[in-house]
Amino acid sequence: MTALLEVEGLGRTFAAPGGWLAGAGRLLAVDRVSFSIDRGETFGLVGESGSGKSTLGRMIGRLLAPSAGSIRFAGQDWLALRGTALRAARAQVQMVFQSPYASLDPRWPIGAIVAEPLRTHRPSGRAAERQAVTQLLESVGLDAAMMHRFPHQLSGGQRQRVAIARAIALEPALLIADEPVSALDVSVQAQILALLREIRAAHGLAMLFISHDLSVVAYLADRVGVLYRGRLVEVGPSRALFAEPLHPYTEALLEAIPGNPRRRQARAAAIETATDAGCSFAPRCPYARDICRRVAPELTEISPGRSAACHRITQAWC
Amino acid sequence: MNAAPLEIDALLEIDALTVEYATRGAPVPAVRAVSLRLQRGGTIGLVGESGCGKSTLALAVLGLVPPPGRVAGGTLRFEGRTLTGLPERDWRRLRGERIAIILQDPTTALNPVWTIGAQLAEMFRWHRPSLGRAEVRRAMVAMLDRVGIAQPERRLRSFPHELSGGMRQRVAIACALILSPALLVADEPTTALDVTVQAQILDLIRTLRTEHGTALMLISHDLGVVAEMCDQVAVMYAGRIVEFGPTAVVLQQPRHPYTQGLLSSRPSLLRPDLELTPIPGAVPDLAHLPDGCAFRTRCKLAEPRCAEAVPPLYPVAEGHAAACVRVQ
Repeated sequence: MTALLEVEGLGRTFAAPGGWLAGAGRLLAVDRVSFSIDRGETFGLVGESGSGKSTLGRMIGRLLAPSAGSIRFAGQDWLALRGTALRAARAQVQMVFQSPYASLDPRWPIGAIVAEPLRTHRPSGRAAERQAVTQLLESVGLDAAMMHRFPHQLSGGQRQRVAIARAIALEPALLIADEPVSALDVSVQAQILALLREIRAAHGLAMLFISHDLSVVAYLADRVGVLYRGRLVEVGPSRALFAEPLHPYTEALLEAIPGNPRRRQARAAAIETATDAGCSFAPRCPYARDICRRVAPELTEISPGRSAACHRITQAWC
Repeated sequence: MNAAPLEIDALLEIDALTVEYATRGAPVPAVRAVSLRLQRGGTIGLVGESGCGKSTLALAVLGLVPPPGRVAGGTLRFEGRTLTGLPERDWRRLRGERIAIILQDPTTALNPVWTIGAQLAEMFRWHRPSLGRAEVRRAMVAMLDRVGIAQPERRLRSFPHELSGGMRQRVAIACALILSPALLVADEPTTALDVTVQAQILDLIRTLRTEHGTALMLISHDLGVVAEMCDQVAVMYAGRIVEFGPTAVVLQQPRHPYTQGLLSSRPSLLRPDLELTPIPGAVPDLAHLPDGCAFRTRCKLAEPRCAEAVPPLYPVAEGHAAACVRVQ
């Protein structure tokens, strides 16, 4: 398989909160992130709030310009695309967001929301458009009669289905889903997750699935990347990564899940001191040694398909 | 407290409690004839999805149902005393002193223009007015230290916005437990927090609760959290308890189709290959519930008799009951 998406050394800085009064601080939201997604593959991105996972998704979706690094999509330089070429390429990468309340225009009927990408990219006659919308709504488990309703008349789960119908309207090669089920009730979450699996199988699309919820990621992702403070600290096949985490942060995440057999007494949070040098997880890491506070570990392949950014793993301490 | 005959060690007794919200049309009941018992030092989890009434029930226990809501029926007894119909000034004496609450969002629970010290001191001003400044200060510092806040003396002068979400929840817990209440009501206390912070807060609540013998009523949508924290669980749907029992039993051998559906809606981290069997449809509108069992329109096992009457809680085993005609 050829890689559909190749992200290389991607980075993004923001002006630190507090503005110029607090001094000219810069916040590194995403730092030298590299990974790839094959055609038809689902790559899960996990991390806690502030880890940079949404920023990463927005950069790949070209909603935000990176400060460093490159993105190749289907062999082309994704960041160099401008104007008409960019507009055409956008059809290939679509997004679904967390809040189905904020991502649908409240003044538009559902039919128009789902038809908009078609009108923009593949204008056709009214009848053809109506037929396409009907098919799309049915493929996400909604009644075609819904097209005349407005977002406020729909439940959260139904709205998320509409957002998915809109995202797959152009048959994209990559779907970026940023916390698509986090705002939903448990029973509705399950419906949307099952729908995403169905759609993936039907259209063979690749997915970048971003979530803080490890179980949900385990359900959908073939491979998983774990982000901590803007850096990928571990990448590996979903099953292996959750069964035998390499990085101490992945381990800590798994040990924190209530009801998980791995759950352990949480470690006390260390006072977080932002240091430029060393591993950003070192202040919280139970295994940290002197080198961890001096040298930042690079993401290194440990075994085929599995990488971790941890001195303990690369230098094989016990 | 005037001792009425009651079960030994019953701390909280809720009997057929109904809470309604007034609307332009007919009042909408958010909690319908709910009965629960909680022993002194016991732990109970209330689980369910949005609109099931779990938060309204929690607020009713503190006499805090916001208008246009009101307790429309049933009784609430706490430490042998009937609380339903209690005047507001008596409620105020009880809240914080005997029953305390922590909420999902510690940002809105704390007053943004008060220092941490002022918020904690407020508890003493209301409930221990005779205590001297030095004693109050000593108690506050000790409590902040207990909830894991570093440099507690300095933190007394901090404002909520200077703390992280996890720290704010620690402060909220300190406020709730500083007077050693008999009951702590926790409404989604960790839902807004990251998973590693959630683990720390759950550990903290458990430790403090055990030390002080505080009973816990934990409201959560997360079955994992309830499994970890509570001996008993009540599953709510559309304002009613549909299943009740020891947590381990309910989670392993659920008898109500809704509980079964909830459990098979969560992907398993260890068995991600298992297909989910989601409950079809969405939570019903409380103003237009179906006749009989409110769950029947989403239930794969529904029969004609489900429409006849609201099923009562049928006993399954000792301490385990489910409101489903198939259990009968």
